[in-house]
Amino acid sequence: METITLLAWAFDSLLGLGLLWLAWQSLASPDLFKAIVLFFAFGLLMALAWVRLEAPDIALAEVAIGAGLTSALLLAVLAKLRATEINDDTTEPLENVEQTFRSFQWFPTVILLLVVAGLSYTVLSLPPYATGLSAEINTNIENSGVRNPATAVLLNFRAYDTLLEMLVLLIALLGVWSLNGAVLQSKTAPGLVLDTLSRLLAPMLILVAAYLLWVGAHASGGAFQAGSILGAAGVLLLLAGWRLRPALTALPLRLMLVAGPAAFIAMAVFTMMIEGQLLEYPKQYAGILILFLEIAATLSIGTTLVALFLGGRPSNNFPSNDFPSKDEEHK
Amino acid sequence: MTMSDYLSATLLITGAIFFLAGTLGLLRFPDVYTRLHALTKADNVGLGLTIAGVAVQAESWAVVGKLLLIWVLVLLAGASVAHLIARGAQHRGIHLWKR
Repeated sequence: METITLLAWAFDSLLGLGLLWLAWQSLASPDLFKAIVLFFAFGLLMALAWVRLEAPDIALAEVAIGAGLTSALLLAVLAKLRATEINDDTTEPLENVEQTFRSFQWFPTVILLLVVAGLSYTVLSLPPYATGLSAEINTNIENSGVRNPATAVLLNFRAYDTLLEMLVLLIALLGVWSLNGAVLQSKTAPGLVLDTLSRLLAPMLILVAAYLLWVGAHASGGAFQAGSILGAAGVLLLLAGWRLRPALTALPLRLMLVAGPAAFIAMAVFTMMIEGQLLEYPKQYAGILILFLEIAATLSIGTTLVALFLGGRPSNNFPSNDFPSKDEEHK
Repeated sequence: MTMSDYLSATLLITGAIFFLAGTLGLLRFPDVYTRLHALTKADNVGLGLTIAGVAVQAESWAVVGKLLLIWVLVLLAGASVAHLIARGAQHRGIHLWKR
């Protein structure tokens, strides 16, 4: 057993050092594309680190959202940046911006140092041995309606955290939508292989999302993981050139986006009236209520992530025929 | 160690050798096309062997099914992505390496 511990120790050290190295390389790389690829690798290693810390729920979320979708978002931003750079002949304003940024560099440095100091203080002032809240969760889990401690915390004991997270996602999308109304345009046709891949994978991804949502009640999984898989399916379909019909991007899309937050808020009001406490479910219905909330949250999270990837408000006024659009009916 | 332990160890180590060869190819081959070739060919077999090595230890057939599904999905994604990268390289006018 001694060699096994030694091996695990060596693996963990390598993992930790690799994470630090990748983080630094990603930050220091002048080539933005390389930085994004390094960031993706960082996310994958980070997920491994979460697995080593025996937190598979966070590992799943990290690999799907932290590594996968964030990198896809960054790549989409990079494509837009390059497009505007080609259109802009004048590079002077950018240099001015850089100079202004340099003279203000001390400001983020000070903020970062303050955060580091605060975090260090907090970590150092933690008691050296603490059991955490797992004992309390385990004694109360029978009342939560689910058997997975992570889901019990996220959807029952601390459900208002999840409510706020849903709202943060929605507000982020509103921010993106208020910035521009332009929609990602692909210049080249997706090609047969990507088209076939999207047709093969999209149904399977939807199935996996449903599985993760269902399995979240008693094992690793849940709304955020399932939602990010749905989001990945949407991103794949967007990349392959599929677009929603304008009729669907108007009201139906917006309804999907607010379904999760709306369900949470409705549930909060409902439980306030029934039980007198925010998001405290009646015990015998806790399981089914949590499932209902998770389904709404999954749909909203997936839709929001795809909408974020699209990077602009889909117009509901004029039919957008500027980009190659495909309809099932035309096929 | 039982018979199945030896079997999965052999499969896992063989798989790791394929991964090593693929990585070497990625680092040492001269252009994007040959690198892709090394990566996808070696990783497909390497992952297959790794999956086989883990599947020997699986507790139920359902787990074996899930592992096989992972392999098939990675095969599908790997082949498609290799094609997309090669196509993108060709569109950018990167020529094939010639000695």
